[in-house]
Amino acid sequence: MAAFILRRLAQSILVMLVVSLVAFYMFQFLGDPINQMVGIDTPLAEREALRERLGLNDPMIIRFGKFVLNAAQLDFGLSYQHKQPVVDLLMERMPATIELSFVSAIIAFFLALPAGVYTGLYRNRWSSKALLTLSLVGISIPTFLIGILFIYLFAVILGWLPSFGRGEVITLPGGWTTGLLTVSGLKAIILPATTLGLFTLTLIMRLIRAEMLEVLRTDYIKFARARGLTNRAVNFGHALKNTLVPVITVTGLLLGNLIAFAIITESVFQWPGMGRLFLQAIQEVDLPVMSAYLVMISFLFVVINLIVDILYYVVDPRLRVEKSGGGH
Amino acid sequence: MTDTTSPKAATRPSLLYRIWDHELCYSFRKSHLTVGAAVVTLILILAAVFANIIAPHNPFDTASIDLMDSELPPAWTVDGDQRFLLGTDNLGRDIYSTILYGMRISLLVGFASVILSAVIGIAAGLIAGYVGGKVDAVIMRIADIQLSFPTILIALLIDGISRGILDRELHDAMIIPVLVLSIGISNWVQYARTVRGSTLVERNKEYVQAARVIGLHPILIMIRHVLPNVMGPVLVIATLGLAFAILTEATLSFLGVGMPPTQPSLGTLIRIGNDYLFSGLWWISIFPGATLAILVLAVNLLGDWLRDALNPKLR
Amino acid sequence: MSNHLLEVRNLRIEFPTRKGILTAIDDVSFHIDEGEVLGVVGESGAGKSLTGAAIIGLLEPPGRVAGGEILLEGRRIDNLPYEEMRRIRGRQIGAIFQDPLTSLNPLYTVGRQLTETIMTHTDMTPTKARERAIEMLTQVGIPAPERRVDQYPHQFSGGMRQRVVIALALCVNPRLVVADEPTTALDVSIQAQIIALLKKLCREHGTAVMLVTHDMGVIAETADRVAVMYAGRIAEIGPVKQVVKQAKHPYTEGLMGSIPMIGHTDEKLRQIEGSMPRLTNIPTGCAFNPRCPKAFDRCFRERPDTIPVDGTEVACWLFDKETANV
Repeated sequence: MAAFILRRLAQSILVMLVVSLVAFYMFQFLGDPINQMVGIDTPLAEREALRERLGLNDPMIIRFGKFVLNAAQLDFGLSYQHKQPVVDLLMERMPATIELSFVSAIIAFFLALPAGVYTGLYRNRWSSKALLTLSLVGISIPTFLIGILFIYLFAVILGWLPSFGRGEVITLPGGWTTGLLTVSGLKAIILPATTLGLFTLTLIMRLIRAEMLEVLRTDYIKFARARGLTNRAVNFGHALKNTLVPVITVTGLLLGNLIAFAIITESVFQWPGMGRLFLQAIQEVDLPVMSAYLVMISFLFVVINLIVDILYYVVDPRLRVEKSGGGH
Repeated sequence: MTDTTSPKAATRPSLLYRIWDHELCYSFRKSHLTVGAAVVTLILILAAVFANIIAPHNPFDTASIDLMDSELPPAWTVDGDQRFLLGTDNLGRDIYSTILYGMRISLLVGFASVILSAVIGIAAGLIAGYVGGKVDAVIMRIADIQLSFPTILIALLIDGISRGILDRELHDAMIIPVLVLSIGISNWVQYARTVRGSTLVERNKEYVQAARVIGLHPILIMIRHVLPNVMGPVLVIATLGLAFAILTEATLSFLGVGMPPTQPSLGTLIRIGNDYLFSGLWWISIFPGATLAILVLAVNLLGDWLRDALNPKLR
Repeated sequence: MSNHLLEVRNLRIEFPTRKGILTAIDDVSFHIDEGEVLGVVGESGAGKSLTGAAIIGLLEPPGRVAGGEILLEGRRIDNLPYEEMRRIRGRQIGAIFQDPLTSLNPLYTVGRQLTETIMTHTDMTPTKARERAIEMLTQVGIPAPERRVDQYPHQFSGGMRQRVVIALALCVNPRLVVADEPTTALDVSIQAQIIALLKKLCREHGTAVMLVTHDMGVIAETADRVAVMYAGRIAEIGPVKQVVKQAKHPYTEGLMGSIPMIGHTDEKLRQIEGSMPRLTNIPTGCAFNPRCPKAFDRCFRERPDTIPVDGTEVACWLFDKETANV
């Protein structure tokens, strides 16, 4: 177990380093931070002095080292646009994004599971085919369009739910803000979370169906039937559990995707999260924010992947138990 | 047995009949949904290609646009104007014509980025599979890392970097190549994986060794042999990839980092319309939105059918 | 009514395709008595496994039983509703599949797979079922069963896994076991052990066996009677001694000729020319006629049904009185 986790950890660190390198190089090629910090009329000598003081004349490898070290301490410098520490900007918005992604992940997974199992088990029923075609429609309508339609229907025409913002937010000890404890907060999250989750829902559903079909063809399922086990035991005890092994991995990946796809949803619903900050940063070429977002989000991915790996380990005994006895 | 005709005795049927009778064509004919999707796709592509002939107005001709015509609802509503079937936008452009021209951009970017992804992916897959060793490890590790990042993020990032390199005007002028590049680069991994798998199988076959003996570069031979083998899966990936590329372009444009309002794609139109939705001007975003959804759905249906039809296990 | 344990009458299995209906099994009849081992041999595609699948009621769609009937202890079972047939599967008819490596669910311990089978068909408590599971593992010759019962399939070797599969098939004492090529996927050195084990256990429990294989040697050693199948029909069926020693059907003769015999060193191993026709392309008359060295005009015109000859039954015009007289 330890070796397995360690190997995964090493891979994760590699991923983080690669991402940091990309983030670092963005600075190298794109902007001169000095231009951002001083006025146009600042004399050249003064610029040079500032450059030397900030260590911008050091060799590349040392500067990259510093960048990584700073990033590890959550120091990404000042935002060009907001003139504030980037980390403060991100931290302020992170709870909104995490809450949104989390709620949509729950919506997506718990609707996708029964739908996927159903369409897998009863692939020839017309209801399965209808559900499958419907899921294709879900994949084909872009997230932002669904958001717009939701807003038009539920906010503009019916007036049931708010069309933007997080509603009333409570600050928990530790500085985490949550909208999940107030009525207006809960009402506000329904539309964006559903919008964000719909795409993932269809993907997971189709994945579960495909895996289910694959597993139902295997010998051990046929053998389970030949042993006279009940349909319930075969379908849910045997088939579903084997289906979940690959599904867990992809679901983990998709969870990471949700955080990134939140960019779109946040933009439609004016949700005060990290995604909107990133989008503005791209439009304004606010490099510190861009690179910090990148590093942060890859860190979140790495954490999610690690959790997925551990889950995988728990579910699949082939990874868990070391080989013993029974050799030829 | 019911089948009594000997295959040798029967005359060889015509090529056209053999195509018609082929397993793939049969499954196509049998699925009405797929036939419908193919027809819709074809119509939309033709409409986009011949937009300059079909469209009643030229939305890019500033001389013909009258601000007095702005924000008109569709022709069949009370305030509608017969000249503008689907109404006009905030600048007085005909929505119907703008959709046709916008679809042209969406399809252009979609096709171009699919081709770019396929070329990068097939090349990377061939090299990784054939050279093996460290090269393979590096390519596939890059693929793994990229795969763990959502394509939209990568596309946004590439767009962001291009904004840093190019100045604003140049960036707007170069927007189509930039979009193709961002979407193309963010989607090569699937092709690479498929082609690599097939290449690994072919690499050790005798003809590859034989090619080396007669002095041909093995890579050339491999391309000739590997490509036909992976045509099916690559076609499936490309078809579903086209739908995805169109969606990504629309998303980027909607987010304001894609096509500018002066040269709108379907995504841009929806973005423009979104600002007017609360004032009740629903037609500016709903019609382009519906077009986009129908286009992507039709292509997705085709890809989905193709994947099932080429999968022998599902027969 | 018959007093056979299992009786298959005029079984016909069809596969509808878009080019028409394929008949994979055509007019197959045979029976198995209490405690008897019936060997079923033939080339791959002859319909042996399909017949086995039809008996346990697990034909894969679009395949379907289109005619004939299957009776277990005189009761028709081929048209039972799914739930009733499920109670028979495992309880009265056990099954053993070809590949032990893929027959067991990798995510559950062998003990769990045994106890769930036992508890599905009996009202044993979990503790009792576990005891029974350990007892079964002992019976199939797995060392240290108390420890092994809590291990996962991947911790067992191929031969050991097939022993577990046998334990699973026999754990509630079925009357009949359908064993579909139970040793094909195993090492040659282990094959004999597994067959011997299967034979021993079934003899002890009085379980009848339908042993599907393409290995004439295994049949000769294990079976009481043997059915030879060719292109979806029975070519010859009878007591194993008669069929092996005095094969009547030219196809059986050919099969026998392809077994290496100890003591016949100078004799060349014979081989049947050609290959079995595809289902879409079965010739008129006797399906074997293109490969048969003794075929004559009637074989190309009429299809032979089985004819009783000296205690066996043979589907060949050579043994028809009319033909013999001509």
